[in-house]
Amino acid sequence: MSQTNSSINEIIKPENLVYKKPSVLNDNPMHYCPGCSHGVVHKLLAEIIGEMDIQEDVIGIAPVGCAVFAYKYLDIDFQQAAHGRAPALATAIKRLMPEKYVFTYQGDGDLAAIGTSETIHACNRGENIVIIYINNGIYGMTGGQMAPTTIEGMKSSTCPFGRDISLNGYPLNITDLLVRLEGTRYVTRQSVHTSAAVRKTKKAIQKAFVYSMEGKGTSIVEIVSTCNSGWKMTPEGANDWMVENMFPVYSIGDLKDI
Amino acid sequence: MAKIKGAVVVDTERCKGCNLCVVACPTNVLALATQVNSKGYNYSYMEQENACVGCSTCAFVCPDACITVYKVKLDK
Ligand SMILES: Cc1ncc(C[n+]2csc(CCOP(=O)(O)OP(=O)(O)O)c2C)c(N)n1
Ligand code: SF4
Ligand code: SF4
Ligand code: SF4
Repeated sequence: MSQTNSSINEIIKPENLVYKKPSVLNDNPMHYCPGCSHGVVHKLLAEIIGEMDIQEDVIGIAPVGCAVFAYKYLDIDFQQAAHGRAPALATAIKRLMPEKYVFTYQGDGDLAAIGTSETIHACNRGENIVIIYINNGIYGMTGGQMAPTTIEGMKSSTCPFGRDISLNGYPLNITDLLVRLEGTRYVTRQSVHTSAAVRKTKKAIQKAFVYSMEGKGTSIVEIVSTCNSGWKMTPEGANDWMVENMFPVYSIGDLKDI
Repeated sequence: MAKIKGAVVVDTERCKGCNLCVVACPTNVLALATQVNSKGYNYSYMEQENACVGCSTCAFVCPDACITVYKVKLDK
């Protein structure tokens, strides 16, 4: 035992460091449920902002949803928005301060339900903002109600026997719609359930930030995510369920890059 | 041949015991402790210390950024 420990102590030295919590993510413990995808995406944003050295030049906008408190964790300028209104607020901020990197951070209940109009019109105007879209197919914060994005057969607190298309309509694949708008430049759908997926999402968000300074339209990064509490699954079980059931509906990959 | 050895340090107070790092580790280094932190979470720790290759997979998937990773190349 002591021999093992001493060899481990030989490795744990500053010169051997390969990964640590990005400093843009502060030490406040995040309120998210254990295993929630929101945490991984917050961490990626912090890594990207640190690596691009834009901590003083970035403004985030988080509307209502579980991530409404994102400002408590990311050490950057932040603005809160009313439910669904982040793209409208981002429009104003970016137009007043075009030298800033401006992003929204929205859930599916926010972006694809109450905020559908703001989302579509900001993208149609080609606002030079980044939209980070966390699609966990559910209203997480309020107790797991059905969202427009809830897939067929998926259970939620308001469709306990699963979404029934004849009663509740079809799941809304809003990202596919946004691809069709002239104002969007970069539209991609990613996930954060494996280290490879995390790396790809990081590249996608990085690209979106760079694009947002080139004046050529809106960049949307959808992240197909889990809400293990709302789905009533373990974090790893939620990841498996997502791969099996969400990915066939919300296919992963770039949808538009011009 | 150079051998890669790694080690991780888990911020046990920050850890929420979600188990995602445990299932992600390709060499089965990690496990959840039977002890809990001050919030009552069974935190992750290196159960098989010698198996770590410092690949950072655990750190990438951790939603709470609890894991610090170290890596060395040993010439043998
Ligand atoms: C105007 C308004 N309507 C309704 C609510 C209640 N509400 C709070 S969070 C939420 C849903 C959030 O779901 P989503 O955007 O998917 O984010 P998640 O919590 O899943 O991350 C709702 C309906 C509110 N706060 N404000
Ligand atoms: S309710 Fe769902 S989305 Fe909200 S923090 Fe918990 S797991 Fe994450
Ligand atoms: S660094 Fe790699 S090998 Fe070491 S514990 Fe993490 S995932 Fe396992
Ligand atoms: S992934 Fe992070 S929070 Fe989850 S058990 Fe591992 S160290 Fe703890």
